[in-house]
Amino acid sequence: MKDLTFGTMIAVFEEMFAPWLFWGMVVLALLITVAWLYVLVRDRAFGMRQFLIAQLFMPIGAIAAVWFVMVMTDSRLADIGGPVDVIVLLAIAALGAVGMGMLVYVIERLGFRGHQSS
Amino acid sequence: MMGHWMMASRFETTRRAFLARAAAGSLAVALHTGPVRAQPVQTSARIVIIGAGAAGTALANRLVRRLDGAQITLIDPRGQHLYQPGLTLVAAGLRPADYVVSQTSDWLPDGVTLIPQAVAGLDPETRVVETEDGQSLPYDYLVLAPGLVLDHDAIDGFSLDMVGQNGIGALYAGPDHAARTWTAASQFIEEGGRGLFTRPATEIKCAGAPLKHTFLIEDRLQRAGNRAAAEIVYAAPQASLFGVPIVAERVRMLFGDRGIGTQMGRTLTAIDASAKIATFETDDGPEDEQYDYIHIIPPQRAPEFIRQSGLSWEDRWTDQGWVDVDQYTLRHNRYDEIWAVGDVAGVPKGKTAASVKWQVPVVEDQMVSAIGGREATERYNGYTSCPLITRIGRAMLIEFDYDNNLTPSFPGLIAPLEELWISWLMKEVALKATYNAMLRGRA
Repeated sequence: MKDLTFGTMIAVFEEMFAPWLFWGMVVLALLITVAWLYVLVRDRAFGMRQFLIAQLFMPIGAIAAVWFVMVMTDSRLADIGGPVDVIVLLAIAALGAVGMGMLVYVIERLGFRGHQSS
Repeated sequence: MMGHWMMASRFETTRRAFLARAAAGSLAVALHTGPVRAQPVQTSARIVIIGAGAAGTALANRLVRRLDGAQITLIDPRGQHLYQPGLTLVAAGLRPADYVVSQTSDWLPDGVTLIPQAVAGLDPETRVVETEDGQSLPYDYLVLAPGLVLDHDAIDGFSLDMVGQNGIGALYAGPDHAARTWTAASQFIEEGGRGLFTRPATEIKCAGAPLKHTFLIEDRLQRAGNRAAAEIVYAAPQASLFGVPIVAERVRMLFGDRGIGTQMGRTLTAIDASAKIATFETDDGPEDEQYDYIHIIPPQRAPEFIRQSGLSWEDRWTDQGWVDVDQYTLRHNRYDEIWAVGDVAGVPKGKTAASVKWQVPVVEDQMVSAIGGREATERYNGYTSCPLITRIGRAMLIEFDYDNNLTPSFPGLIAPLEELWISWLMKEVALKATYNAMLRGRA
């Protein structure tokens, strides 16, 4: 279990979620990131109001990510057994939160085209 | 706004650092797993590998990259490749039977020959392997990787067609039998009663599997709300629960916590399937035990052709026939051109896929060095890994060597004797991907 190379990590994720779901999620994440960069560059500004609303959605993203991983791996919260488990769990939650925050921000900002503020 | 950018930037830094670490890690692994990858060695050597399981396949994939012009022939009568670490998951209803099955030919590289035949005999003096259909294969170098044989006939009154009925399970027998084991175990989980979880007196592949099955079925009973209706007994010929003392103690404590009883020093010799009675040999003579569910793991031995070839140890494991090899080089102690790898190797530890992963680069180095006329440097230290599942969602990532030292891959991060979710993720999810990479000779 020492070979944590990039290739092995990809193979692990393919195994974890099945290749189509994993690569589908990668493509989705890339699309959201590109759209996020797009609205930033397009607007040359950061919409604080939209960001505030996006932050409100972040806990939902965190919970959704944790729930998804738990279901995919036959696990439940009671299985968290030590510090490293908590770290992994928080990392998953953080990824979900950031992803959801970016998604909501992008959706709002795309909708705000024409009367940009802040 | 600032905060957000900082967060993004911090995230980016972390990701970059992670990738850098991953790259550094792969470099370290490349350095670790073997000699410097120089130009392939030119040779016309005839290499025969008996067995296209985990060890034979992984070795073939590595040798084709190291040798140019070698005639590599694998002999294996089974067309299917079995991912055996998955059998415990199948037998606990966590994976379907086909999770462990693939085609042997899918894993083999171009440029090797697969002969789908059983070996009838082998003569180390004349250096010839005979197959059951009468082919004679002379070799310059021979690798023995046929796995082992499950001696079901050693349990009186038991036959494989009984698995899945009348409370009989036997997950080692293969994917179909592992699935049928789950059928029998499910009924036990539903109805309760007395569960007997056994282990044979011989060396076995994956010494953790009997424990994993016990833990998983106990957990299933808990989850079904039926634990109080069941008695669970782990019965084994050995004096302790695991070969590594510190792990044995930990398992003893976990068994105590979970209310799993133990009966040590007893060997299953017979069952009466209709009466649901198991007979054990003990120091005080035979003893009968009633059961509602029994998990049978038969004695395990080297294949008959190995035992007939004179390549087995003469003074160790005489009832089992493991190949007489040096435990550090895996080279035969009497025939320099023969190595054994995987289950059949007569070494004190290491009948697991994780051991195979560490053994194969050693045999590769040995053989390429022998062909290239240089000194081999790789040594096998007995490394074995056992992600010991203690319940669905938790496991202990136990790694150890010949000296019973714990050898954690992630010291300070993943504690070997702690029941952790991350260790479960490694067993349930990461292991198969790593295993597949090993088969292709890339891990």
